[in-house]
Amino acid sequence: MLPTGKLTGMSGELAIRLRGVVKRYGPITAVNGLDLDVPVGTCVGLLGPNGAGKSTTMRLLTAQSIADEGELQVLGFRLPGESKAARAECGVVPQLDNLDVTLTVEQNLLVFAHLYRIGRAERRGAIERALAMANLVDRRDTRVDKLSGGMRRRLLIARGLVHRPRLVLLDEPTVGLDPQVRQELWALIDALRSEGTTILMSTHYIEEAQRLADTVLIMSHGSAVAAGPPTQLVAEHAGREALEVYGPPSRLAEVEAEAGAAGLRTRRTGTSVSILGVDGHSRYAAAGERRPANLEDVFVLLTGEEIA
Amino acid sequence: MAVSAASRARRLGRLERPALTGVLVREIVNFSSYWRSSTFSSTVEPTIYLLAFGFGFGSIVSRIAGYEYIDFVGTGIVATAVLFSSAFPAMFGTFVKYSFQRTYDAILAAPVDTEELVTAEALWIATRAGVYGSVPLLVALVFGLDPGWGMLTVPLVAWLAGFGWASFGISVAGFAKSFENFNYVVSAVLTPLFLVAGTFFPLSQLPEWAQVLAQFNPLYHCVQLVRHAAFGFDGWADVGHLAALVSFGLLMWRIAIYAMERKLID
Repeated sequence: MLPTGKLTGMSGELAIRLRGVVKRYGPITAVNGLDLDVPVGTCVGLLGPNGAGKSTTMRLLTAQSIADEGELQVLGFRLPGESKAARAECGVVPQLDNLDVTLTVEQNLLVFAHLYRIGRAERRGAIERALAMANLVDRRDTRVDKLSGGMRRRLLIARGLVHRPRLVLLDEPTVGLDPQVRQELWALIDALRSEGTTILMSTHYIEEAQRLADTVLIMSHGSAVAAGPPTQLVAEHAGREALEVYGPPSRLAEVEAEAGAAGLRTRRTGTSVSILGVDGHSRYAAAGERRPANLEDVFVLLTGEEIA
Repeated sequence: MAVSAASRARRLGRLERPALTGVLVREIVNFSSYWRSSTFSSTVEPTIYLLAFGFGFGSIVSRIAGYEYIDFVGTGIVATAVLFSSAFPAMFGTFVKYSFQRTYDAILAAPVDTEELVTAEALWIATRAGVYGSVPLLVALVFGLDPGWGMLTVPLVAWLAGFGWASFGISVAGFAKSFENFNYVVSAVLTPLFLVAGTFFPLSQLPEWAQVLAQFNPLYHCVQLVRHAAFGFDGWADVGHLAALVSFGLLMWRIAIYAMERKLID
């Protein structure tokens, strides 16, 4: 069913390969020596706080930003020189909705069927398939400005998939949407994954990365600080269990000092302190609630508590 | 090992037809949603100019530079209509598309380069200008201008001038930091060019320096070509006017690509 069928499952091949990529905007270094591998047939999550360089990385992959240093390869094409050929086989779902709002759902898909060079014979079928995938068959004649936020986002995704790309770039696919819509989109992305489409998804929602990504790459200040399957990252950086201690701010400060003295790492979670890697330390048994360590612990540990 | 691109042999070139078509299809589909208002303003505006100047001035001056005044203005206003239906939509449309609607972000993520995007947009606006620019001539025919075979070239002249002005508008939008910047261009560039183009009065009435400067005004060359198309071509002079419009178009086209690459690719 997939045009890329012969590629899926071929282990060891990379759909995206970045080495030492640097991108500066004046005095600001947005991407700072980034290495990134996206194996064919996998879903890689680019996780990081706002300002970590995720969106810049996405723009670099479509050559809408040109790297100052480093090597970039997408689907075997070198960027920026061969970017157009790479873009022909990529689907891009932008963070900001840029649909043509005065056009209907179907017209939006038609325009992109042309932009992605789908031949006349296959155009109709491609549009119908995209409509079905986005669950917008009944809305084909609705103008985009009359759609709900969730429908618009589904259309935005379907628009990026109309030409059955080998690689899909999703930039913060569910940002600003309510939980129901988010779940709906996760199901859509998961369906893509199970068909074997290669996906690179940037997000700052930990749950999103944990649920959808085979591999997560945590970015901070423009470079990768950790990479691996979510469970492995948790085990490596946050241990098996964390202890969550609640109390007034003064108590929390005490707890932090105590844990620090015992050589344990802590992180604030707003109203509580989480002490990480308490697996072997029984003396903390009574002080709070034990819970399994999670990706959020890793995220905060590695990217710092302050939000840039 | 990175994926070896099976289609590597098919390296994509510059200014490919599918890329141009894609951008044009987007414009055409969009046009189907707003053609009424845009056709209305592009038709009514020059008609009002024609009526106001034709009958207003026409009652005082009956003949000018050897023409009936209504004929003089009716042909001259083609250039005005071209300007209004190319430079202005290009300026505002381009700005809206890259800054508010982010349309260009979506298009450049597809296999379309900035050069193709700008070229297709200019071609589209030029085509509209070719049609809308010819409207005043039709109106003038209704008011008594004698039809002639040469007039069939007017849409082409309007297209050519429209391409240059569309590229000019895209360039302005590419260099502009904000919407407000357009005011400077309209007041300091477009208004003077619009007035000193021989549209409403012949340039021979102006001091010599102004006549020399007018040679650098693309609108003047457009006015001359249209007038000669209606009343008889003037050999090498018209080849010169044509060459001026072609040069204007080519120059502005390249500038527009440069400006938009700077704007869209960082």
